[in-house]
Amino acid sequence: MSGEVIKSLIVPAHPHPVLCPEKNEGWQRIRDAYDEARKQIEESDADLIIIYSTLWPSVIGHQIQADPNPEWVMVDADFHDLGSIHYSLRIDTDFAHAWNKANIARGLESRTVAYDGFPVDVGSVVALELLNPDNRIPAVICSTNVYSNRAETTVLAKSCLDVVKQQGKKVVAVSVMSLSNRMFTEPIQPHEDRIHSLKDDEWNQKILEFLSEGRLEDIGQLSRTIHDQIRIKKVVAFKPMWWLSAMNDNRNDLTGEVLAYEPIHGAGAAVVILNPESNGTGDKEYDEDDVEFYGGDRNVLDSSEEELEHVVSNSGPALHEPVESKNSVNTNKAPKPVGAYPHARREGDLIYLSGVGPRQPGDNSIPGGPIKDLSGNPLNYDIKAQTRAVINNISRILEEAGSSLDKVIDVTSFLIDMDRDFSGYNEVWAETLGKVGPTRTTLAIRALPTPIAVEMKVIAKV
Amino acid sequence: MAKGSIVAGCIAPHPPHLVYADNPEQNEPVSEGGWEQLRWGYERLRESLKDVDYDVIVVMSPHWQTYIGTHFIGVEKCRSKSVDPVFPNLFRFDYDLTIDVDLAQDIHDLAKAEGMSVKMMNNPDFRVDYGTIVSCHMVRPEWDKPIVSISSNRSLSYYSVEVMQEMMLELGRSTIKAIENSGKKCLLLASNSLSHRHFVTETNPPEDMSKEHITSHAMHLWDMRMIELMRQGKSKQIIDEMPEFCEQAISETDGGALTWLLSAMGMPTEPATLHGYGTIIGTGNAIMEWPCREWSDE
Repeated sequence: MSGEVIKSLIVPAHPHPVLCPEKNEGWQRIRDAYDEARKQIEESDADLIIIYSTLWPSVIGHQIQADPNPEWVMVDADFHDLGSIHYSLRIDTDFAHAWNKANIARGLESRTVAYDGFPVDVGSVVALELLNPDNRIPAVICSTNVYSNRAETTVLAKSCLDVVKQQGKKVVAVSVMSLSNRMFTEPIQPHEDRIHSLKDDEWNQKILEFLSEGRLEDIGQLSRTIHDQIRIKKVVAFKPMWWLSAMNDNRNDLTGEVLAYEPIHGAGAAVVILNPESNGTGDKEYDEDDVEFYGGDRNVLDSSEEELEHVVSNSGPALHEPVESKNSVNTNKAPKPVGAYPHARREGDLIYLSGVGPRQPGDNSIPGGPIKDLSGNPLNYDIKAQTRAVINNISRILEEAGSSLDKVIDVTSFLIDMDRDFSGYNEVWAETLGKVGPTRTTLAIRALPTPIAVEMKVIAKV
Repeated sequence: MAKGSIVAGCIAPHPPHLVYADNPEQNEPVSEGGWEQLRWGYERLRESLKDVDYDVIVVMSPHWQTYIGTHFIGVEKCRSKSVDPVFPNLFRFDYDLTIDVDLAQDIHDLAKAEGMSVKMMNNPDFRVDYGTIVSCHMVRPEWDKPIVSISSNRSLSYYSVEVMQEMMLELGRSTIKAIENSGKKCLLLASNSLSHRHFVTETNPPEDMSKEHITSHAMHLWDMRMIELMRQGKSKQIIDEMPEFCEQAISETDGGALTWLLSAMGMPTEPATLHGYGTIIGTGNAIMEWPCREWSDE
């Protein structure tokens, strides 16, 4: 039983394609595109539709709809004059609860909601009304947290994928969103509709060009820029691409198809389908932290100096400022040393790095979790997350030295548990430094100074 | 017909926690209390208004967010269940309220004549937002006064705090004109918090007051500054400092309600009364009253 994302969709949230497509040719084309997407879903073997809606903001972490049959009448806050939408949805409650648990297991604040009269947001209602009108396929709806950053949104997708795989589901992942979201601030006649500005249109076209080439992760990395350029600062930023990209393993080589792109009251509305088949062109250029476990400020209510101290003390011995000396290379983008030594040293055209672990600069946290608690009791940890964090730290130090990962020539790796961790470590190596091709030696050792499972010693060219 | 007037203008914050903590029969969830400093503040406000004769509550809520101008409910009887999409565990409230459609229409028409983008909401299926309900319930739990419900036009999102304020100052002037023309005595509510940075976790139970505090010292300083300006009757200075307040305290006054309120009251130089201040999941909330009925026309 293997679960997977068999299709990803980007669809608009406005109610016009449901309530009055006939009033504008463009709105009708969006409706037709929705219908085409529905047919493709029906012809697939999908058994779950997962909605990430920007129209359902949340404050307390993420919320997941778990009412088996939410029913009500939805009226849009702005477009109430277009009419009402009676909805009656079919929710996969088992999946909803499992996703919630998976979120919590990965460090996220999360909860399910199942209340009579809960106002399902307009975006989710519109998407499910048009993609799944007879509730043939059950759905799950997740909110967008107003404060979440990319790391949190990525972990949200990973926990979702955990459940997809556990339950062997074939899922359609749907981001409900506008591209440019600048609407006209005055009422307009349907025939007057157009994209609000040339700039918005140009950005939308660029986004769609990327998506049609299957370059979803590139859009994910451009999200902040896109938000600054063509998004008014509503409650929720341009986050859905982060979620959707993570749902697709941050790939850039999907097969994309833009079914429609039209204005709805000035905003950019598009129906886009992304299929997992590789288009054979793009390459993965994932240059952001690949977070497995969320360690943000979720415990802010409980935080105290004592607890913060706990976090730091659990990450090892006292920290030192890196030693400054001739030819030394130090950066505040790497974790502080646990002794009197620099991050790296330049000799001729070579860079010699001190042993690098996965601890994070700033808060000294350990991605994937520490290997033991303060009392020395062993903890479960994620070797892949730790290995990725090590390589990210190496990359930062090399960049400070004017070098980069692709100039690494020799690595000595230290694992505290070869039997348990070699496979996961090796997998991440293959995805990263394995592609560069340095020589490598891997040693099993008894312990490292901090509660980590992996450390690397690196030599690189300048 | 005598000229209509504002009997009082109030900041009446709307976090659903307050209704949840009060346990009214209309709300499904049951609590052990909590947020007493604020609920007692509302009690003092109600006491202050106890003998005041008024006809209508006019409320602007940042939780009816509109992007195409300012909207007014135009349906006379509104009856349904309001469930907060953010805190559904706290607020599932059966409401049954009456709208003063005539006054709403008059404000709408006057604002439109001044060039504002406005719209009446006439869909009978529309659900009244929880901000409007919480503020009105905490001020007047008897629900025996009709209300005028005004949306929060998110013009700040499109333009700037300055533009938002220009619009809300105009809406305030239209509001007082319509009130004067109507001959009605009105209570005005700006349904908003002050600083508005939430905690993103919730205690168990939510009313565990041992965990309730302002999110940061900076937020506290801003809240106290704005309250002190209100207490000193420095309305114009509040308007002047609004851009910084909105930006630095992520203030919910960005929805325009406070600016609208001050404008409708004619930018009062009289002091406001602080009935209560407290935090709710880290946000700063003040219950303020400008007792306009006590001010001389001379």
